[in-house]
Amino acid sequence: MEQLKELTKGATLIAKKELAGYFSTPIGYIVISVFLVIAGFLFFSTFFLYGQAELRAYFELLPLLFAFVIPAITMRLFAEERNTGSFEMLMTLPLSTSEVVAGKILAATSFAAIMISPTLVYAISVAFVGSLDIGPVIGGYLGAVLLASAYASIGVFASSMTKNQIVAFIIGFAICIVLSLITKFLYFISPKLVSLFEYISADYHFQNIARGVVDSRNIIYFASVIAISSMASIYQLEVKR
Amino acid sequence: MISVRDLVKHYGEVKAVDGISFTIRKGEITGLLGPNGAGKTTTLRIITGYLKPTSGMVSIDEFLVDQNPIEIKKRIGYLPESAPLYPDMMVYDFLQFMADIRQIYDKEKIKDVAIQCGITEVMHKNINELSKGYKQRVGLAQAILHDPEILVLDEPTNGLDPNQIVEIRDLIKELGKEKTVILSTHILQEVEATCNRVIIIDKGAIVADDSTSDLKSAKGKDVRVNCVVSGASFNAIQSALQKIAGVKNVQHIKDEEQLCHVQIVTGLDVDVRPQVFNCIKDNGWILYEMNREYRSLEHVFRELTVGM
Repeated sequence: MEQLKELTKGATLIAKKELAGYFSTPIGYIVISVFLVIAGFLFFSTFFLYGQAELRAYFELLPLLFAFVIPAITMRLFAEERNTGSFEMLMTLPLSTSEVVAGKILAATSFAAIMISPTLVYAISVAFVGSLDIGPVIGGYLGAVLLASAYASIGVFASSMTKNQIVAFIIGFAICIVLSLITKFLYFISPKLVSLFEYISADYHFQNIARGVVDSRNIIYFASVIAISSMASIYQLEVKR
Repeated sequence: MISVRDLVKHYGEVKAVDGISFTIRKGEITGLLGPNGAGKTTTLRIITGYLKPTSGMVSIDEFLVDQNPIEIKKRIGYLPESAPLYPDMMVYDFLQFMADIRQIYDKEKIKDVAIQCGITEVMHKNINELSKGYKQRVGLAQAILHDPEILVLDEPTNGLDPNQIVEIRDLIKELGKEKTVILSTHILQEVEATCNRVIIIDKGAIVADDSTSDLKSAKGKDVRVNCVVSGASFNAIQSALQKIAGVKNVQHIKDEEQLCHVQIVTGLDVDVRPQVFNCIKDNGWILYEMNREYRSLEHVFRELTVGM
């Protein structure tokens, strides 16, 4: 318990610093703007076509959008530190590697949460024009935060591997896009394997939650992605020294 | 007390550190001296827990670096080579961040350290706007923020202008009064000016480990006395001085108008200056200058690392 308290303390400090870092340069604002433009296009292009009071089109494409945007958020977290050399200072502070990794994931997830929060306006505007089913909206946003934290931990892992931010982005993007799209290619695969692929697909678990059904299996999936990527990051950071 | 035992570090095929052992007692300013690529930075990085040694061990007080890294890191203030800081942060925010991590909640502490390191006027600038000298000082401020018992400084004056170098050296000397300081450098004057102990490293191994003054007057070496004399030719001076007990050789340096520059070579154990003075006086010559040349650290360094 005492250890957990220490862990969250160090992680919170790192997260606060990184989150402030996103907004001290234009990059944070650019990423948010790009995300909102694309999300807005996805939402409004179908909103008037279907004439239904729901956010489904927006949530359906969110994993794909996140697979692109989240690695862009996380790519600098360790790669930049390795590149400027501040990594050496960070690693000689009285913090454990797990605190640092947890802090960086927390920062990227918080940034993603800030980034998607303006889209709550869509839910509000939908509620004005029709009767909004609140379940899928709550599920959708809960799922979005879980998805963001899972992709953020993958992105942090990608960033921990290299000192080149572009490489970090490409590795993170590659892993996230596979997890987002893997269920879309299931037509050619034997039905026995389908459930396996569904299990490793982030999109599948996200869509389940976004339907408004929160199942422990979906939560466990995201928790395991976060745990595995964090451990892989810690391994990377401790070994490459 | 820092204790380093049989430290070995390989980078793939390259042996960066090859069996280094030393002990640093409390309150010493120790200079780790060596040519570029000798393994100084690697050694410091292992002491601070950034790198893991291939074999060997480092302990600080009763803690081992590989078993209690957090305890060790709390006791060390570290300034890495070329002071890598967070470029997008404001100096004040950066120090505040460091203070938070070190769990220092005394607001005055940041101010005190800023005054001590002379960075009060740049506290509200971004780190990437600072000159190299200021960056180095912010790095030093960060290292002493938590009043560590041990200060590890990797090339603390690298890239600074002469005034800044003097300031940083004075600051290190000041800090060395109450802390154990270990610094690395390839500049000999730095060690002569700041350290009371020097460890010379070459190709990953220790080639000398002694107090700065002992190293300069190593046994079995010659001492030179330079004289400027007028009133006689070199040959006359030479034959007169040769008779003095302890003089090994008298060499002619140059003639300058009426003045004859002479160098007398003696053993370390004798001081011939009184006899030389009396000899010149008795002959009715005039002595313009006389000085005893100490073996410079530069000599020692070149002897040990190049074999000259």
